[in-house]
Amino acid sequence: MPPLLTMRGIVKQFPGVRALDGVDLDVEAGEVHCLLGQNGAGKSTLIKVLAGAHRPDEGEVTWSGAPVVFATPQAADTAGIATIYQELDLVPGLSVAENVVLGHEPSRLGFTRPRDAEDVARALLRRLGHPEIPPRRELGRLSAAGQQVVSMARALARDARLIVMDEPSAVLDPEEVQNLFRVIRELTAEGVAVVYISHRLEEIREIGDRVTVLKDGRTVARNLPARETPTADVIRLMTGRSIEYAFPPRAAEPLGDEVLAVEGLGRTGEFAGVSFTVRAGEIIGLAGLVGSGRSEIIETVYGARKATAGSVRVRGKQLRAGSVPAAVRAGMGLCPEERKSQGLLMGEPVYRNVSLPALTRFARGGFLGRDSDLDAAGAVTAQLDVRPADATRPVRTLSGGNQQKVVLARWLLQGCRVLLLDEPTRGVDVGARSEIYALIRKLAADGVAIVLVSSEVPEVLGLADTVLVVREGRVVHTAPSAELDEGRVLDLVMESVSPMGTRDDGV
Amino acid sequence: MTVSDAQADSQAGPDRVALDKGGALDKGAVPAADERIRVERAARAAEPNGSQLSRLLDSGAGRNLGLVAVLVLLGIVGVLSADTFLTTSNLLTILTQASIIGVITVGVTFVIIGGGIDLSVGKVMALSSVWATTVATQSYGPVVMIFCALAVGMGAGLVNGLLIAYGRIVPFIVTLAMLISAQGLAEQISGRRSQIVTDRVIAGIANTRFLGIPLLIYIFAVVVIVGWVVLNRTTFGRRTFAIGGNPEAARLAGLDVRRHTILLYVVSGLCCGVAAIMIASLTTTGSSTHGTLYELDAIAAVIIGGTLLSGGRGTLVGSILGVLVFTTITNLFILNNLATEVQNIAKGAIIVIAVLVQARARRTSAAS
Ligand SMILES: Nc1ncnc2c1ncn2[C@@H]1O[C@H](COP(=O)(O)OP(=O)(O)OP(=O)(O)O)[C@@H](O)[C@H]1O
Ligand SMILES: [Mg+2]
Repeated sequence: MPPLLTMRGIVKQFPGVRALDGVDLDVEAGEVHCLLGQNGAGKSTLIKVLAGAHRPDEGEVTWSGAPVVFATPQAADTAGIATIYQELDLVPGLSVAENVVLGHEPSRLGFTRPRDAEDVARALLRRLGHPEIPPRRELGRLSAAGQQVVSMARALARDARLIVMDEPSAVLDPEEVQNLFRVIRELTAEGVAVVYISHRLEEIREIGDRVTVLKDGRTVARNLPARETPTADVIRLMTGRSIEYAFPPRAAEPLGDEVLAVEGLGRTGEFAGVSFTVRAGEIIGLAGLVGSGRSEIIETVYGARKATAGSVRVRGKQLRAGSVPAAVRAGMGLCPEERKSQGLLMGEPVYRNVSLPALTRFARGGFLGRDSDLDAAGAVTAQLDVRPADATRPVRTLSGGNQQKVVLARWLLQGCRVLLLDEPTRGVDVGARSEIYALIRKLAADGVAIVLVSSEVPEVLGLADTVLVVREGRVVHTAPSAELDEGRVLDLVMESVSPMGTRDDGV
Repeated sequence: MTVSDAQADSQAGPDRVALDKGGALDKGAVPAADERIRVERAARAAEPNGSQLSRLLDSGAGRNLGLVAVLVLLGIVGVLSADTFLTTSNLLTILTQASIIGVITVGVTFVIIGGGIDLSVGKVMALSSVWATTVATQSYGPVVMIFCALAVGMGAGLVNGLLIAYGRIVPFIVTLAMLISAQGLAEQISGRRSQIVTDRVIAGIANTRFLGIPLLIYIFAVVVIVGWVVLNRTTFGRRTFAIGGNPEAARLAGLDVRRHTILLYVVSGLCCGVAAIMIASLTTTGSSTHGTLYELDAIAAVIIGGTLLSGGRGTLVGSILGVLVFTTITNLFILNNLATEVQNIAKGAIIVIAVLVQARARRTSAAS
């Protein structure tokens, strides 16, 4: 029997970048095929070619043994390929059910049948382990994780023979990921093939059958056995070097003065009674499930949401509640959870995204020279190894992980006293990840007070000095990270599970 | 981060020195070099076959190429159909006619790039012209009249901005309401009569020429140049693009989005105030009937000039070219004694064609 899909010598050229430079991929029916590669290696571009969203410049695709050209997403869809994109591609103004059936609305004589659509959506959501997400709820009102689940439901609704998942686990917490894996196993048992992209190597080991590794737009290894190949080999293939995948040690320097003091902070309906202090050089970690209120807490500290109770002080000076400019003036910076909607100006060049808060520094009396901020911003993005190195490219054309680095670069250029990091390594590859860890450490050593939110417990434990466990809008446990381990944190975090479909605002 | 691949290290070494013009601060960032080489090689490879063209199309001038072509085309039609078209006096007439709507379009461009819309411009200008030409205002002399026109325009803009930024009402509704009430207020103040400008200085502006060119055209030019500098060379301009492109990201980056939004509408109001003086001088009247449908002309000019109606992207030069295209069409129709009905049909067609052509140009430059 021929393999379900083969791609040979795929080339895709963007203006100035050869994103794919001869890529091969084989996928068999019923397998989970993992696609690995650093940020910007071309993974998303490859699956966009497969899904008919990009046309390859060269190369052949065969599907069930016959050569095909997917000229449009509809063509790929009809052939039985469903895709969950890295950047969510749902319609926020439509209901959950409408999104699930979008483009395939059940209808009779041209009239849509919303009841049927809701039934379809409800069944799929139940299968994905989320019966609590109401099919009629407006999609924009779900949390990011909720939206990810809907996006999966939408792919399942197609009865596809191949489902492509581009970093589906990035916004999910451990339990969600297990749910996802269960569904993937059910699918592959029915003979459906899955192409799975993730930067978390332990996930590849758990769910993957075979691995294809991309580097700089080329296939460097094909069809490796997922379970048997040593991690070190995979990393070396991806990056061309070996990386000690570990957290850099704390600097021995003693902590400085108290910089940030949060007292009794609360927001009606979201969280209450949050108090903590951060000293210069200290890293505080907030652990908790998606939807537990972690992001809400740091956004409120930052003034992006208006606190209804409590106070935030930076170096003894109380900040005006609900004012981001006041927080930034006091030396705070936030890397928000969702880079696309909250972090970046997608159409603007990289350097303009980086220099946004620090702009006045490059101006004289409000006047900017021609791109006077380009060199300074470019230097910071080079320091973070943002690729491609040209800082005048629109951020839109960067790969997901590199976009994340652009957000970090912004606050590096600005120079903060207090840095709030919400999922700073989401979608970032192993190499860059360890660089970001080193960077966070270095900032702390330089005396920055850091608050870190992450769904990855090892990350919190590895970086933070003190960990606050957040559950359902309350800090339920505070301890030095040395006294905690992963299992203990997971227990604390999950003591009772909060439904994620019911967050009531659209942020 | 530890790097233990000595081979990669030594390979990347020399190139790195050559390629790092920004100066990489992190000495450990080895793969950056081969990435850079790859990117630059690809860039070079792509250069001869059409990338230069696409880069030109992507630059400000290039994006307006279509409009320049339309202008040239209109010019040719003008020369062929009317011998008076290519005379100095006719060209100055076109520019003078473009000057008032042009000044308004500058303000509207700011608002639209900043993610808003301003429907009230025409009637705010009418209100300013009326307020500045009441018997009482005129009795204080030209300086007070000018001050009054600018203040009324900016005041109306401030009200728009406050309602949008703090009242959280959508700009379309707020400025539509402003359009209606400015019209009403202008009618009430003037008693629906045209108020004659008796002040010599104000009335004289439109008749003054420097080096043979009417003063109105100089005013237009100054407003455009100031607008261009503010939009492209100041923090205010940069922030306008940011706020129009993604208001939430701009807010989280520490920009004061609300204050900036208010300022954008004040800028638009200020342009209306300037235009009010110009129209009062040109027609020697202040009247509530001035500026009818100017908002649509201005928005149309901004759109065919390539500015996204959703904000975040656009150029002032494009908007001004848009104004010139429309004014030239009007001029051609007058020279050839054609009915205004046909003229409006032509304008509508040009809007659609220009937008289609630009969308096509952008797609091909993005896909190459
Ligand atoms: N529309 C585009 N225009 C220009 N360049 C692009 C475009 N899309 C992607 N690229 C470039 O193509 C290369 C591959 O990007 P791609 O998004 O496929 O990477 P990726 O492997 O998915 O990375 P990540 O893990 O960060 O998501 C990058 O150098 C990127 O900058
Ligand atoms: Mg990707």
